[in-house]
Amino acid sequence: MSTTLRQPGSAPDRTQSTPIIVLDKVNKWFGQLHVLRDVSLTVAEKERVVVCGPSGSGKSTMIRCINRLESHQEGRIEVDGTELTDDTRALDQIRREVGMVFQSFNLFPHLTILENCTLAPIWVRKTPKAEAEEQAMGILRRVRIPEQAKKYPGQLSGGQQQRVAIARALCMRPKIMLFDEPTSALDPEMIKEVLDVMIELAESGMTMVCVTHEMGFARQVADRVVFMDRGEIVESGTPVSMFENPQTDRLKLFLSQILRGH
Amino acid sequence: MRAVAWARANLFSSWWSTAVTLVLLYVILRGGWAFIDWAFVHAVWTVPPGPNGPNTQVCYAAKGIGACWAVVKEKYRFILFAFYPYAQQWRPAICIALFILLYAMSAMRRFWRKELVLLWIITLAIIGMLMWGGLFGLPYVPQYQWGGLPLTLILATLGLAAAFPLAILVALGRRSTGLPAVRLLCVVYVELIRGVPLISLLFMATTMFPLFMPNGVDIDKVLSAQVAIILFAAAYLAEVVRAGLQALPRGQAEAADALGLSYWRKTGLVILPQALRLVIPPLVNTFIGFFKDTSLVLIVGIFDLLKAGTTAVADPPWQGFGNEIYVLLAVIYFAFCFAMSKYSRGLERELDRARRR
Amino acid sequence: MPDIVADPRLTNARQAPRRPVRFGWSDPRLRSLVWQVVIIGIVVAVVWFLVRNTNRNLAARHIATGFGFLFQPASIPIGETPIAYTASVSTYGRAILIGILNTLKVAVLGIVLATILGTAVGIGRLSPNWLLARITAAYVEFVRDIPLLLQLFFWYGLLQALPAPRQAFHPLAGLFLSNRGIKLPALDWMPAHSFAVLALLVGLICLYAWSHFADRRQAATGRRPPTWPAAILCIIVLPVGVWAASGAPFHLDLPALHGFNFQGGTTVTPEYGALLIGLVVYTATYIAEIVRSGILAVPPGQWEAAGALGLHRGLVLRQIVLPQALRVIIPPMASQYLNLIKNSSLAVAIGYQDIVSIADTTLNQTGQAIEGIAIIMGVYLCFSLSISAFMNWYNAHLMLRTR
Repeated sequence: MSTTLRQPGSAPDRTQSTPIIVLDKVNKWFGQLHVLRDVSLTVAEKERVVVCGPSGSGKSTMIRCINRLESHQEGRIEVDGTELTDDTRALDQIRREVGMVFQSFNLFPHLTILENCTLAPIWVRKTPKAEAEEQAMGILRRVRIPEQAKKYPGQLSGGQQQRVAIARALCMRPKIMLFDEPTSALDPEMIKEVLDVMIELAESGMTMVCVTHEMGFARQVADRVVFMDRGEIVESGTPVSMFENPQTDRLKLFLSQILRGH
Repeated sequence: MRAVAWARANLFSSWWSTAVTLVLLYVILRGGWAFIDWAFVHAVWTVPPGPNGPNTQVCYAAKGIGACWAVVKEKYRFILFAFYPYAQQWRPAICIALFILLYAMSAMRRFWRKELVLLWIITLAIIGMLMWGGLFGLPYVPQYQWGGLPLTLILATLGLAAAFPLAILVALGRRSTGLPAVRLLCVVYVELIRGVPLISLLFMATTMFPLFMPNGVDIDKVLSAQVAIILFAAAYLAEVVRAGLQALPRGQAEAADALGLSYWRKTGLVILPQALRLVIPPLVNTFIGFFKDTSLVLIVGIFDLLKAGTTAVADPPWQGFGNEIYVLLAVIYFAFCFAMSKYSRGLERELDRARRR
Repeated sequence: MPDIVADPRLTNARQAPRRPVRFGWSDPRLRSLVWQVVIIGIVVAVVWFLVRNTNRNLAARHIATGFGFLFQPASIPIGETPIAYTASVSTYGRAILIGILNTLKVAVLGIVLATILGTAVGIGRLSPNWLLARITAAYVEFVRDIPLLLQLFFWYGLLQALPAPRQAFHPLAGLFLSNRGIKLPALDWMPAHSFAVLALLVGLICLYAWSHFADRRQAATGRRPPTWPAAILCIIVLPVGVWAASGAPFHLDLPALHGFNFQGGTTVTPEYGALLIGLVVYTATYIAEIVRSGILAVPPGQWEAAGALGLHRGLVLRQIVLPQALRVIIPPMASQYLNLIKNSSLAVAIGYQDIVSIADTTLNQTGQAIEGIAIIMGVYLCFSLSISAFMNWYNAHLMLRTR
């Protein structure tokens, strides 16, 4: 793969092109707990956004709201021009366009790798089986595990499983990919293989929203970093400005904790 | 030498253990010898024919000393098939074989496919055809003449086959968050049925179902009992299935949602295949319970295996030889239940191993 | 509460808004409403259909409805009557009450005995003695795989095959085994005995209070006042003292053979005996498995860890192992107790007159099937609900302590 490291700043400014995800003053409560407070965020097409913040800051909840695994209670969320409401048609529409990768992989253990990848194309996109399998093999090659196609998830390592999970989401040919701490459940030696796949995906021009603490990854691919704390977006900007010149005390504290941990 | 060392470690490791071993050995030898004496040494195997049926004098003379296996020899056809026409009893015999074959195939993992459902439907249809007759030159045998082991197997198998889908629906209903009224309905159904004994449901079926029917419609007693067994079994199975649904990590449903699968697709393709696999051992244990519980239909006067046995005991020349008949019945029930429980434990170990891998 | 400073995340400056229902098939709330209306509608329609048919059938057969028959004299002969009853004079209501008492009589004793036998067998299965472990395992395996009803017939047949009273087995003084049942000595019940039982209850309450006091003392001073002298005082000395103080009456009524039957003593009928033995032997196998898995559920590391802290064996058992084992044991145990109560309904097959048997006879005599079934189900639901209420209380209690 071509890995000429992109110079921060020299990249084309994608933040100004057409918005594909719009969050406008989104609020969410879990019972009495106010977990998202007036969160507003616009993601442009092909933009790569990394969301970071301490645990319990609402970052996972926010991206789970984008494909409505959680429903917001106030404000507006618009994905690819469709507003997210209770309306099931809009929901079906959006879930086809938005792929998601979970922290704990959530592969289906009773299906083979290939079946995991073809399940949704066959039943949701109504793709003929042979075609779906061919596409899936192509994507499995892209994540570099075509030889595991006939195995079951339990027979794979964590890193391999997470790459399958990425492939499974890609098989729906989504316009947007959401990553919810994709490397947090992995052993250190497996993190790189997953990040490599994500970097390649980023370079192919996929719109990505990624919750992660991998600051190296953020520096390398993110157009923008969003820092959340206590359910609010506290600060956002380019990786360089955020990491080298944090404005708020909360971000400074967070960065010092993260760096100490590494 | 190794045998001695083994005995020292496992039988005589302390004075307490030695005492227990000696007492148990005494009891086993005494009891075992008494049983062999009764069942074999002094047993009566045949009786001569008399003017009015068999002459059971020999048996009465040996009573209390030796078993009278002649009663089993005389009555086994009645116990197995009850009032089914004697000349046609090869038909229920084939049905028993078909049932056993069906169970054996369902137990093997390599047959766990969609086609298995088809196999069940076909086999049950063949069994129905054989039992009723009226086709292919087989004489028609009305249902009230059925009895014995085939009836027990029919009640148990049809009961489970019908209860299982119902149980899955009830379990899903009980876990549905969006439909509170349906959930309440399922909870009330499950708790109500599980709170009362099966007998009360059987009494209800035989005394109240006829009242439920519109004018002129008669409901057969066996059918009523079958409905009661289905309703009973479904409530218990629903709880087992629910445990499986609960044990499944939430991420599985979320991943299916994120892929855009609809509720029924998600349930059918992702949730149920995993949840049911998790609870196969308790499901088999529940099946064993039902197989034994079908014997309760005796109380409402249906001629299942146990009722045929107790009726055979009541025949005047053979009165008082209940234990011999009970031994036969116990052997039959034990064979079925033991096979199932052995299988369930083997499967449990296998699944455990698969999970640990 | 303005004086409480709360975590800003927990304060509700703003509450979640409610959303209106939109009227379109793609609104999930409308959809779920429609589903529920359809499903409940079907259920209501079926029930209505059945009720209408039933009413017509009842009218056509001239069957009365309502529970008025409970106050009419019952012509049911009842063999075992814990309270006074005369056939054709006493009411159906009283007969049914006797049925309930008979069910309780067999269930309570059955639960106690099955627990004792089951625990013994469960521990036996874990014995290092190979023979004992094997025999108890074989017992569990064998008895579980045979229908209870068949076992009841076997035990009933066995008790009926005993010799007639004149040739009764007489292994001990005051004990006769015959086909009329088992004759046992009876204690002539005096007020002094009632006092002693009362004293025992008071003693138990005192003991509970004492252990509470001991806990508090230990928490305050670090020393625990000894419990066992108080236990002996409350459980043994107090009741015996009360009994002795009220004259220490003790007279056993021994059964004796007079003519063709026995007089005196107390009787265990073959029906009750067979049902009790059957239920105990059958349920004990399930209890044994529960006890065994409860013991195995406590990892051996717990013994080692507690021992490493310097606790002695009895304390480890009481404070560490038993609480963990009981948490595994008690819930399935409760459901086995419930099963035993439900299984006692098989009494009807061997002629022991429990609630099912008497309600069934009532139902046949009056023709009022619906009321009869309703009584049976109502009684068992009461048993079930009280056991599940206990379980809920117990689980809540446990949750509180494990927090």
